[in-house]
Amino acid sequence: MLDDLTDAERKALAQCRHAILGVDRPLRLDCGVDLGPYRVAYQTYGALNDEKSNAVLVCHPLTCDQFVADRHPVTGKEGWWETLIGPGKILDPDRYFIICINVLGHCMGTTGPQAHDPATGQPWNLRFPVVTIGDMVRAQAALLDHLGIPDLFCVIGGSMGGMQVLEWAATYPRRVFSAVPIACAAHHSAQNIAFHEVGRQAIMADPEWKGGDYRLHQTNPARGLAVARMTAHITYLSEQALQRKFGRSLQNRDALGFGFDADFQVESYLRHQGSTFVDRFDANSYLYITRAMDYFDLAGAHGGVLANAFKGTATRFCLMSFTSDWLFPTRESRAVVHALNAAAANVSFVEVDSDKGHDAFLLDEPEMFRTLSGFLKGAATARGLRSAS
Amino acid sequence: MNAPIRVDLQLIADMVEPGTRALDVGCGDGALLAHLMNAKRVDARGMELSQAGVNACVANGLSVIQGDADADLRDYPDDAFDYVILSQTLQATREPRRVLEQMLRVGKRAIVSFPNFAHWQVRLRLVFGGRMPETASLPHKWYDTPNIHLCSIDDFRALCRTMGVRIERGIVLNSKSRRISLPPLLANLIGEQAVFMLRRD
Repeated sequence: MLDDLTDAERKALAQCRHAILGVDRPLRLDCGVDLGPYRVAYQTYGALNDEKSNAVLVCHPLTCDQFVADRHPVTGKEGWWETLIGPGKILDPDRYFIICINVLGHCMGTTGPQAHDPATGQPWNLRFPVVTIGDMVRAQAALLDHLGIPDLFCVIGGSMGGMQVLEWAATYPRRVFSAVPIACAAHHSAQNIAFHEVGRQAIMADPEWKGGDYRLHQTNPARGLAVARMTAHITYLSEQALQRKFGRSLQNRDALGFGFDADFQVESYLRHQGSTFVDRFDANSYLYITRAMDYFDLAGAHGGVLANAFKGTATRFCLMSFTSDWLFPTRESRAVVHALNAAAANVSFVEVDSDKGHDAFLLDEPEMFRTLSGFLKGAATARGLRSAS
Repeated sequence: MNAPIRVDLQLIADMVEPGTRALDVGCGDGALLAHLMNAKRVDARGMELSQAGVNACVANGLSVIQGDADADLRDYPDDAFDYVILSQTLQATREPRRVLEQMLRVGKRAIVSFPNFAHWQVRLRLVFGGRMPETASLPHKWYDTPNIHLCSIDDFRALCRTMGVRIERGIVLNSKSRRISLPPLLANLIGEQAVFMLRRD
């Protein structure tokens, strides 16, 4: 399974671990397809203690990956959540065994549309089955089984990572001691689906996309993927953040150019975001992962009543939202809190005052850190974990 | 480890059996929650109106959500808690009777503390001063007070009778926060605040 890799995957797998799963028993996907064997790439920090009670699963969002706290093998940039994870940080590898798993359908080593269909030996491309958040989580659980990790002290993630956290808590309540879904929702809203559809249409409108068979044709739908990223990136920021950062400032010029170059700094910034994204992300993966988010509807999967997803749960929850996040606004987190109350669950909820929009969960937000630190301290005491040294 | 807490909070804590489940509605800075957790191993949760209060509680390892007594108790299932606690907040709710009903639905017992509006100082200020009373337990001006449904100890007892709610325990405190044992008529005059433990009959 390792001879059909893309360059990015080869670099990724050289810097992390992986497992081949589903050889004997394939993974039954929500769409009905049996997937197997499949590869799961993951990164770990710290060590599992003797009681196997200190494992923390970090679920990554759409455009991040398993390199949560070390240099990225493709971009060379530091880990996307190093504010939170690392020596002396809130999630200290000295204390916790931290695992971050590249999700199913992604493009950093775990099986996705760029992989080869074992039945035909040809790349899946758009013939890869559509995967869901539930499928991603079941694949993660299969990896934990493979690693002999019975349960998790904490499952934490933001955005799509938060969706996975909710799915984990609903599907495997006994394996989740505490759950921290940040800046997310129990379903994707019409507006969220709409933005994703714009991104997907941009990719599919790129003539180099070739119906998804671009590697076969040795083309690259980079422009379509870049536009998808530009659109999505706007939704990750707040209006105030954009205004504060760029306003109407011009890019490397004193006057308007009366043309269609990037006159404004904000245009230049978005173009940069788009063009760097294509180096580390696969266009077909982008279609699949956005689809998985669109399909997420935890209440729908539980008879239309969100509280049913959490019935009888003993998991300790801590939800967080950000005041200026309009992609996953506070009311979405509050709906989850209400459902958890209806299940009489142990839940904390903090809305963090921030003008940085959805991306705030990836940034330096002291209030978020204080909340996390307090919540994890309480949970660690309840779990009987040794205190931080 | 267990720092002393406000007298009325200590009285409430004394009513809670160890190892039970409790919800503190309007938990403020979480002093009672922390005390119940640490001193009595209570599975204690909180609800607080102010976001700053919530954030401070959660940062201290307490399980607290933002919410208010009038709107958010209805989410909880029946008998979710052994105790639902409302300290010094009943008089600030929009529908105190509805709140008490919800507390007794969600909890097997309700513990309520409130300032007594029939305290002699209050009576004096209104009758002889001719102004809305301002006292230690009612420090606000009439135009900016959150207290929109003040009642006396006798009013509260009467409401419990109307609702068919059993008062299991009642403690009355004087203005020095000392417990007093007096007949009801005098208690309603001398008591500055009261703590009641209620149960559905």
